[in-house]
Amino acid sequence: MRLVILDDYAQSSEWAAKYICNRIIQFNPSEDRYFTLGLPTGSTPYGCYQKLIQYHRSGDLSFKYVKTFNMDEYVGLPRSHPQSYHSYMWNNFFKHIDINPANAHILDGNADDLEEECQKYEEKIQEAGGIQLFVGGIGPDGHIAFNEPGSSLVSRTRVKTLAKDTIMANARFFDNDLSKVPTMALTVGVGTVMDAKEVLILITGAHKALALSRAIEEGVNHMWTVSAFQQHPTTTFVCDEDATLELRVKTVKYFKGTRTPDTMRDTVECLLQIHKTHVDRLGELP
Amino acid sequence: MPSNKSVSDAPITQFINCRILRDHHLQREDLWVREGRILDPEKLFFDEKGYADERVDCEGSIIAPGFIDVQINGGYGIDFSQPSNDVSSGISLVAQKILEHGVTSFCPTLVTSPPSVYHKVLPQVKVHGGGRHGAGVLGFHLEGPFISLEKKGAHPEQYLRTFSSGGKDDLMETYGGLDNVAMVTLAPELPNSQSAVRELCQRGITVSLGHSVANLSQAEEAVQAGASFITHLFNAMLPFHHRDPGIVGLLTSDQIPPGRMVYYGMIADGIHTNPAALRIAHRAHPSGLVLVTDAITAMGLPPGRHTLGQQVVEIQGLHAYVAGTTTLCGSIATMDMCVRHFKQASGCSVEEALEGASLHPAQLLGISHKKGNLDYGSDADLVLLDDALNVKATYISGEEVWRRGA
Repeated sequence: MRLVILDDYAQSSEWAAKYICNRIIQFNPSEDRYFTLGLPTGSTPYGCYQKLIQYHRSGDLSFKYVKTFNMDEYVGLPRSHPQSYHSYMWNNFFKHIDINPANAHILDGNADDLEEECQKYEEKIQEAGGIQLFVGGIGPDGHIAFNEPGSSLVSRTRVKTLAKDTIMANARFFDNDLSKVPTMALTVGVGTVMDAKEVLILITGAHKALALSRAIEEGVNHMWTVSAFQQHPTTTFVCDEDATLELRVKTVKYFKGTRTPDTMRDTVECLLQIHKTHVDRLGELP
Repeated sequence: MPSNKSVSDAPITQFINCRILRDHHLQREDLWVREGRILDPEKLFFDEKGYADERVDCEGSIIAPGFIDVQINGGYGIDFSQPSNDVSSGISLVAQKILEHGVTSFCPTLVTSPPSVYHKVLPQVKVHGGGRHGAGVLGFHLEGPFISLEKKGAHPEQYLRTFSSGGKDDLMETYGGLDNVAMVTLAPELPNSQSAVRELCQRGITVSLGHSVANLSQAEEAVQAGASFITHLFNAMLPFHHRDPGIVGLLTSDQIPPGRMVYYGMIADGIHTNPAALRIAHRAHPSGLVLVTDAITAMGLPPGRHTLGQQVVEIQGLHAYVAGTTTLCGSIATMDMCVRHFKQASGCSVEEALEGASLHPAQLLGISHKKGNLDYGSDADLVLLDDALNVKATYISGEEVWRRGA
């Protein structure tokens, strides 16, 4: 695991956006070889999407040969509802970039046969050659996508009932009326995300601090489903200072590269390497 | 990119780099058009996996719904009330010229005339859509002859009429027929007017009160019978009085039936209404304000003498008088001038100024489901403006019909 700690939300959004951008550019996608990207929704990745749009507008990044797969969508919410994840993706990302609409995949929460929809989604991912880079967030209860506490760590795309915590966290988007919040969602499974070649998890804000600490400093546990990624070969957690508030000082120092001289060299050089190959293509970080 | 647009193969145009008037706000959004109507790009993206075939760079312009003029008597030497064998070519000429002012639909207006004129002119022009040939015709606005003698203004006295046959029969006898009529202005204090108001409303024709000495109760009764507009507020009616506000009082009347609204036309040319009066009306009832030009034959022409209906008028600068008097007989301002003047005089927002010339007239005529706004599904009648609200280009059904400097 790599833990990249930036000062604040803006910096972490930019770091993540640059990482994604550079991964796509390095892959050099084409008509025969698309780059497949898994995508999240919510307030955490918003800044990252803004940056990606900026890179697109400045001509540095094209999504012409990129296929995207979103993590989840509410069940039963009309697609045109302003809180649907389709609306989120359209307004905050798709309408600003040059992706081919046929390559932008989001689960359909209004499908007649929800299980078939989930099955088909897994097949679409397979057909696309699997996901190169899955970007995700983390819930206050440590869930990835809608894989609520108790979800199988080898789960696949399926229908899930939302936890009370999640419903309450979402109420602010539905006029604070709990009865208006959807209670079910379609979501990729923990196993689905684990299949990706690489995983990038964005975590910002003090309210996510406990979840982060459980996810990376404790054991692999289905009550904190993000912990599953401890067993993924290439996971990067990008966070801001506030999200590290519940971590041990030792953990933070290690990943910030301020440990003893002999180990420091390895860690710092490792991080500098990441920085050079993946981030600095677009210039210095502020 | 290959596409599998499932709803239609028709080309899609995306207007980029613009600010559009939607939900009463100017928003930085692209505007999508297909088959002459505003398209929902999100539905296009997710349902049809479609995208734009053509992009039009608006260079930061404002895109507003095309202007709608419900009171225009002619222009460029054409007088709609002048009986002739070829009325439609005169209307077509004006229809094409007013595209330059951002007007995409209008109601050619006939002032008080003898029945022979109505019988001759009305059947010659049908309601029809606009295009490169000119702005669309929404139907005639018949201003008179059932108006008050004392408030005839520039209308010829000898052709004024009353509802002596009970109302409905007078309408048919005078006008000959009511097809292709969008609006009638009448004076509600005339006996039997209620029956005429009801007959017109039943046929879907907008009834407007004007050229009248009605008091507030008479005006309210007419509204209750179906009237919904006031022709050029303040002009040709009794002045506001604090114990009998007259027709002007409709702006704040509490006798309007629920769910209905009274709109009022304002000639915002800086001449017909003092800016202070304009502000009083606007502040009292902002959502009812409809900008009209009441433009006459001489609009677009140089100073001098010209005909209006059965009378002669004289142009002096921006003023148009009945020849030999100081009675105003219509204006020569263009719609875009009215929009700019209204904004400047009232201090209203850009959105309000634009809606006064687009959304409100569409609502008045009951056509706001397809005109007067940029909602998905509405006709793509557009006007591109710069920040000072000068017209840069005009579109009808998504097709460019006029461009400045072209």
